[in-house]
Amino acid sequence: MQYQSQSVSKLYFIAAIGLFVGQILFGLIIGLQYVMGDFLFPEIPFNVARMVHTNLLIVWLLFGFMGAAYYMVPEESERELFSPKLAVALFWIFLVAGALTILGYLLVPYATLAKMTGNDLLPTMGREFLEQPTITKLGIVVVALGFLYNIGMTILTGRKTVVNIVMLTGLVGLAVFFLFSFYNPANLVLDKYYWWWTVHLWVEGVWELILGSILAFVLIKTTGVDREVIEKWLYIIIAMTLITGIIGTGHHYYWIGTPEYWQILGSVFSALEPIPFFMMTLFAFNMVNKRRKDHPNKAAVLWAMGTGVMAFLGAGLWGFIHTLAPVNYFTHGTQITAAHGHMAFYGAYVMIVLTMISYAMPHLRHGKPANSEKAQVIEMWSFWLMTVAIVFITLLLTGAGILQVWLQRAAEDPMPFMVAQEKIAFFYWAREAVGVIFLVGLVVYIASFFAGGEPKEEASS
Amino acid sequence: MSEAFTKSMARNIFIGGSLFFFLVFLALTFDSMGALPERDHRENITPAVVNGKMLWEENDCIGCHTLMGEGAYFAPELANVYDRFGKSKDAIKAFIASRPAEGIEGRRSMPQFNFSDKELDDIAEFLKWTSEINDAGWPPNIQG
Repeated sequence: MQYQSQSVSKLYFIAAIGLFVGQILFGLIIGLQYVMGDFLFPEIPFNVARMVHTNLLIVWLLFGFMGAAYYMVPEESERELFSPKLAVALFWIFLVAGALTILGYLLVPYATLAKMTGNDLLPTMGREFLEQPTITKLGIVVVALGFLYNIGMTILTGRKTVVNIVMLTGLVGLAVFFLFSFYNPANLVLDKYYWWWTVHLWVEGVWELILGSILAFVLIKTTGVDREVIEKWLYIIIAMTLITGIIGTGHHYYWIGTPEYWQILGSVFSALEPIPFFMMTLFAFNMVNKRRKDHPNKAAVLWAMGTGVMAFLGAGLWGFIHTLAPVNYFTHGTQITAAHGHMAFYGAYVMIVLTMISYAMPHLRHGKPANSEKAQVIEMWSFWLMTVAIVFITLLLTGAGILQVWLQRAAEDPMPFMVAQEKIAFFYWAREAVGVIFLVGLVVYIASFFAGGEPKEEASS
Repeated sequence: MSEAFTKSMARNIFIGGSLFFFLVFLALTFDSMGALPERDHRENITPAVVNGKMLWEENDCIGCHTLMGEGAYFAPELANVYDRFGKSKDAIKAFIASRPAEGIEGRRSMPQFNFSDKELDDIAEFLKWTSEINDAGWPPNIQG
């Protein structure tokens, strides 16, 4: 750690990991509810537990992104953070607001929460992933603006690198496209059309800029490859992301009342969306192969390479299998979508945040570039447990999805939804079992922070 | 990557490409907005439909169901439930009103929301209006 103010990122990383645990526990609850329908009913109905599962994911990834920015930006800008105090204050505001929102979901019926928070004044609730009360959304905007001010001032008054400019561009995009969550017209088609401007343009747009810049930063630090080479890769990857991904939004405009030409545009452009992810894989492996030093933090390098591979498989390949309109006609809104969602979020965003945490934490905790050998071995075990688990969860949900499509939509005598669900229960049971293995992986991950041992010094190259 | 391909070329592709395709996206959005009134028959969005959508949202129906394929995959698709229930608003109302408060043992259950008759009517109106949107012939069959 070169700058004292980088230490604020530690708070963010700890919170991120804590909320990650909550996300997985609620994932196990809803996974079980798929096969034991009355589990925790009516106290915690499925919709509530799912909301907690998905909202915790979003919030902890945002904590991770902010922590990553607070760690990277001072080092890239070669100056202290503009205001470490603001960063700490915003941390507590965001954490308390997030915790209150989750408690609100769990303690009162959703309709009561809507009444309590005055949803009728500016109705924004009750739409997937954007379930937060309007007042929480306003809080998110305030936190985002304060955060951008802090990061922006640091970058603009310091050294400007491609890495921190791309990071800033991604973060500004994140804030700007979130504003569409406040637009909720009575016309469902318009509502859906612009809902995707937040959801799609986040995860298949500006978030990939954040992902790319974090990956570039960690690769510069761990491989010692010339910054010029890495920055060229970064530009071309994010260029392909936005060139394919913006019109690629069209793959959400097939069946929501929008004109049919989106079926062609969405199919063509989203079929190209795997390209930037494939380049990310090539990028990570190439840089590691060309490394000029052997960085002692092997775990961080493993996470970085894993991000490249898993983002390509989850976001790229599993996105492609159901993105063409004639295929999507049958797979839209089935377990195929769920399969893709799980591996894409894990492979792209969970893993990049864990990459950053893995790289930064030894500096933050010990002032050394790497944890002890023992801690790293445990961390790498958790990498494999969680990654293999998510692969099997994805395969099982894909199996469930293929059968669901056949039974409910393609067979000559299509079955009602619930009948088809019962026929594929085996896949849900197996997914739940693998989910437990994921949780074990997460526990091992946390254990790696308490493994002790002598932190490693920089190897002399 | 080869030396001839410089960082500033990569940057220009990023800036130019993103800007170009974002403008194309805006143009397509403009065109779509012009085409939508024909397809979403917005003239039929009555106060009951508006309130039905509000109730849909304030009870987080999307947390279990899909609507035009979007939402959670725990419970049946509802964009075509009006057709599946024989174009009967009463059937939709009766189903929602009859959910047991304690659920059905061992099965996925829908909560009992204690809606008034007016509220049930508005939800049914919203689902009926939704079923009439021209959504390019999706879903493939009546089962959703």
